[in-house]
Amino acid sequence: MAKSDLKIDIRTSPYIRKAPTVAQIMRNVVYALLPLVAYSVYHFGISALALILVTTFACMATEHFFCWMSHKKPTILDGSAAVTGLLLSMTLPPGFPLWMGVIAGFVAIAMGKTLFGGLGYNLFNPALVGRAFIQAAFPVSITTWTPAFAVDRFVEFIPSTLALPFMKPLPTADWSAQVAIDGFTGATPLALMKFQGIITDSYDLFIGTVAGSTGEASTLLILLCGAYLVYRKMLDWRIPVAVIIGTSLTAELFYFIDPSKYPSPAFMLLSGGLMFAAVFMASDMVASPVTPLGIFVFGCLVGFLTVIIRLFGGLTEAVMYAILFANAATPIIETYTQPRIYGARDKVKDKK
Amino acid sequence: MNLFKLFGKKSFPHGIHPDEYKAETNAKVTRRLPFAPEMIVPLAQSIGKPAKAIVFRGQHVSRGEVIAEADGFMSVPIHAPVTGTVKEIDIAATAKGGKQPAIIISTSLSSGQRVHDLGEPQDYLAMSREEIVKAVQNTGIVGLGGAAFPTHVKMAIPPDRSIHTVLVNGCECEPFLTTDHRVMLEKIDNLILGIKIAMRCVDAPKAIIGIEDNKLNVLTAIEPYLPDDGSITIEAVETKYPQGAEKMLALSLLGIEIPSAGLPSEVGLAVFNVATLAELGALLPQHRGLVERIITITGDGVKKPGNYLAPIGTPVRFLLEFAEFIGDEAELILGGPMMGMPTRSLDVPITKGTGALLVLDKRATKQDDILPCIKCTQCLQACPINLNPSELGQLAAKRQYDVMEEQYHLNDCFECGCCSYVCPSNIPLVQYFRIAKTLNRERHLENS
Ligand code: SF4
Ligand code: SF4
Repeated sequence: MAKSDLKIDIRTSPYIRKAPTVAQIMRNVVYALLPLVAYSVYHFGISALALILVTTFACMATEHFFCWMSHKKPTILDGSAAVTGLLLSMTLPPGFPLWMGVIAGFVAIAMGKTLFGGLGYNLFNPALVGRAFIQAAFPVSITTWTPAFAVDRFVEFIPSTLALPFMKPLPTADWSAQVAIDGFTGATPLALMKFQGIITDSYDLFIGTVAGSTGEASTLLILLCGAYLVYRKMLDWRIPVAVIIGTSLTAELFYFIDPSKYPSPAFMLLSGGLMFAAVFMASDMVASPVTPLGIFVFGCLVGFLTVIIRLFGGLTEAVMYAILFANAATPIIETYTQPRIYGARDKVKDKK
Repeated sequence: MNLFKLFGKKSFPHGIHPDEYKAETNAKVTRRLPFAPEMIVPLAQSIGKPAKAIVFRGQHVSRGEVIAEADGFMSVPIHAPVTGTVKEIDIAATAKGGKQPAIIISTSLSSGQRVHDLGEPQDYLAMSREEIVKAVQNTGIVGLGGAAFPTHVKMAIPPDRSIHTVLVNGCECEPFLTTDHRVMLEKIDNLILGIKIAMRCVDAPKAIIGIEDNKLNVLTAIEPYLPDDGSITIEAVETKYPQGAEKMLALSLLGIEIPSAGLPSEVGLAVFNVATLAELGALLPQHRGLVERIITITGDGVKKPGNYLAPIGTPVRFLLEFAEFIGDEAELILGGPMMGMPTRSLDVPITKGTGALLVLDKRATKQDDILPCIKCTQCLQACPINLNPSELGQLAAKRQYDVMEEQYHLNDCFECGCCSYVCPSNIPLVQYFRIAKTLNRERHLENS
C-alpha cells in the first residue's frame, strides 16, 4: 500500500466549517432533558431526584474509569455519558433502589458502550442496554411502581429507594396504599390494560398524572423538549415521527379488527413511555440508520414491534426491546436503503 | 426537486449556506495590477497535457506572443504575460505542492507592454464550427471558474450529440469570491459576445445565464444587453453552496441531472463559466491569447481586499505586497475556502485557473480533535450528490477503498466539502476521499 496515514495534519479544503461540536450537541440534549427531570421530581419527589443523580453519576464515573484504565484521553466532557445516565434514570421506576441504579449505570456504559469501543461504535443505545440488564436482574424492583403526588414526597424517600446493596428492598405496597390519593393499584396504565383490561383516559396520559417510570409520564412535556432539540437541529425529527406512524398504523389495524379487545392507537401512543422512547431513545444517533429511507424503516419497525410485543408478548416494557431489536437491525437496514445518488444511471437501460 | 420550485426559488436539494464574506470586495471596481519584475509561467496550467515550451533562454518575448504551444488536442498554448526576456526554463514551485517546469520571464521595464496580436481580427460568424474550436484553442482559454478544463474541448461536441441549451454559470457560490460578479457588471459586452460564439460553436438555440440571488444587480445590468429574439435569458437561483457546480446548476435551472461519470452534452447541455466566456468574447475576435485574469484578493490578512486584473504568472508574494498583507500567522489559499488549494510558498504564481488569493488568519481556522462518527446524518443531508459520507468516512478509516468505489459511489464525489463543513465530529471527510481516490487510481494503474 502506498504511504499514507489518515491522521496527517495538513489542512486541506474546506478551510471553513460550521458545525456544533459533539459536546455541544450532548449538552443540548441534557438541557432538553432537564425540564423532564424537574417535572419528575415534582411528580415523585426526592426519591426521583436521588435516583436520577445517582444513576447519571454512575454512568459518568464508569466512563471516566474506563478511559483512565485504557489510558485514553478522557471523554467525559463530551457529555454523552451524562446523556446516557439521564436517559437511563428516566426509564426506571421512581422508587427504584439507588444501589441498583448504580449497577444499571455501570452496565449501560461498560457493556453498552465501552465494550464496543466507545461513543460512535456502539451498536445499541447504551441506556437501553443498561435497562434491559436491570430488567433481567431485578425483575421485581423494576416493576414496582409507586404513586405520583404522594403528600410527603419532598421530605420522605419511597421506602425502597434506600435499600442496602444486595438486600431485598422493603415492600412498598403498604406505603403506596397509605400515600395514594385515590385507589392506587400500583399498576401502570399499560399493566392495567394488559392484565385487567382497564383503559386509562388519554387526557391523563397526555398531561402525565399517572403512575409510571421517572421520566416518561408527561407526553406534552416530552414533545416540547423534543421540539427544542429539533429546532436546534440536534434531534432528527424523522425518527420520532416514523415511530409514531409505525405505532399508530399497527395499533389502528388491530383496533379496526376488534375494538373491544385491542386498545386504541391513542392509548398505545401515549402510554408506557412510548413517546419518551420515540423522542429520546430511538433517536439515539449512533445506533440508528443514517440513510433517509433507513430512518423511516427503522422508526416504523420500532413502532410495529412495540405494538406486537405489547399485545402478544408477556411484557409491558415492549418499546425498549423493540428499539434494541431495531438497533441490531440497523446495519442491515442501511445496506438495503442506500440513497439514490444524483445522476444515477438506470442499470437496465445502460446495458442495452 | 420540484418541491423547491414551489417556494419560488430555483434550487437543488441539500447543500449548505456558509457566510458569504463577499461585501468586502463585490462593490469594488476591478483594478489592474502592475507587472511583477519576474513572472513564473508554469507549462501545466490546465487539465490535460502540459504545453511545450518554444522559447529559449535569453530570448526576447512580447506580451501576448505564444511561448509554449499546445501538445495535442487536450492541451492549450501559453502566451507571454509580459514583454521581457526569458530568464530560464526551469522547475518552479506550484500551488499543487510539487515543482513543475515553468518559463521564467524578466519583465522589461522600458516596454510599453502593448499586447501582441496573433493575427488578423476574426469574425466568428464567418467561421465553421471546427474553425471556432481551433480558434478557441489558440486563445489558450481554459475554465476560469477554477476547473481549468480546456474550453475548446468542451466546445467540440461529438457529432452524435446535439445541444439544446448553453448554461452560462455566474453563480460563484464559493464564499469570499467576487470575480464573476465583477465580470458580469464590467464586461457585459464581451460576455454576450462570448455567449454567442459558444452558442454558434455548439449549435445551441438558446442560452441561460444562471446567477445566485445574492447578485441581483447583475440581473438589471445585463437585461438591456440581451438580444431581442430571446435566445439568451438570465435567471436567478437560490444562493446556496455549491450552486455553481455544473451538476447543481443544471438541476436548479432546468431540472436536468447530468448522468454519473457523464458529460453535460449527454443530456444536451454545454456549461461555461461567465468569466471564461467574457474572456472568449474579448480575445477571439481580436485574435489574441490569454495573458491575464481577474482574481479576488481578500481575507482578514490583507488591508486592501479587492478584485485585481493580474498577469498570469504573477507570484503570490507580489500580490500580497500590493494588497498590503498584514500579520504573520496567516494561511494562504489559492481559490475559495471550500475547494481551494493551500500554499506555503510565496513564490507560487497564479495560473489560469486561480480565481482568488485568500489570506485567512490562522487563529480563526484552528482545528479541533477528530472524533468518531456519531451518525448524526448531517453530512448526508448536506451532500449535493446524495452520497453517504458517513459510511464512506468509516470505510476510509478501515482502508476499504475498493468498497468505497464499488458500492458507495466514491467517484461521484466532486470534493465540494459540504460534508466536512457540517460534521460535528470534525472528521476531514473530503481529505479521506481524496486520499482514497488517489490510492484507487494507483491501484488501477498497477493492475492494468
Ligand atoms: S456529519 Fe460527521 S458525525 Fe455526522 S454522520 Fe456525517 S461523518 Fe458522522
Ligand atoms: S465532498 Fe463529496 S461526499 Fe462530501 S458533500 Fe461534497 S460530493 Fe458529497
